[in-house]
Amino acid sequence: MNVTVRYFASIRERLGASEAIEVAEGSTVGAVRDALIARGEAHATALARGRALRSALNQVLCGDDAVVGEGAELAFFPPVTGG
Amino acid sequence: MGNPRVVVQTADFDLGAEVATLRAGDAAVGAVAAFVGTVRDRNDGLVDGVEVSAMELEHYPGMTERSIEAMIDAAMQRFDIRGARVIHRVGLLQPQDQIMMVAVTSAHRGPAFQACEFLMDYLKTQAPFWKKEQTPDGARWVDARSSDDAAIARWGIDGCNALPTA
Repeated sequence: MNVTVRYFASIRERLGASEAIEVAEGSTVGAVRDALIARGEAHATALARGRALRSALNQVLCGDDAVVGEGAELAFFPPVTGG
Repeated sequence: MGNPRVVVQTADFDLGAEVATLRAGDAAVGAVAAFVGTVRDRNDGLVDGVEVSAMELEHYPGMTERSIEAMIDAAMQRFDIRGARVIHRVGLLQPQDQIMMVAVTSAHRGPAFQACEFLMDYLKTQAPFWKKEQTPDGARWVDARSSDDAAIARWGIDGCNALPTA
């Protein structure tokens, strides 16, 4: 199934604002992150495990266990710093 | 309720006018608490601070508004308040510029003070905004602070913003 991935702030600067990825039905956010990491060095660095990285599924903050649905919008970004 | 509770904009805002609008027509309001965040001319990460000549603010359109709306809903449930309004600017800002404001109305001061602080603690750790500072050494993304995670944790909410997860 097809998922739109969006990036913000320092991650956007490394990987661009968005891209599409094809993943298996029932994939979790963590699994999509791993599939993206496998795309190459830039992805592996920006999305590396152990980095402070947050994710949102369909514009709501989520954890790695969240299950991604067909046509979902999944975003990865650094810790937020508004206010 | 014609006025939106959450606005993200590049333009500046007038706190006095916003407070007047927020409490207009509600004679049960006896207290207004407000917070305004402004751009410092230095980053306080070092002893003397690093000079900051400008700040750029990025956000996640759509998610930003939705997440702050949800925070206000949570504040309305938790505290005895009558109204709240949040304005947050994005784009390029200069030192001393206003960045954002939260204003809360209630019958008495206690809930207004508490809800104002709650909304700030929540926004600091959960709303998708990012600051980039221009300094003499170049541009740098501002680091999230673990003290902000501790601030939201006081309210029984898991902040977990600044620290690496899995």
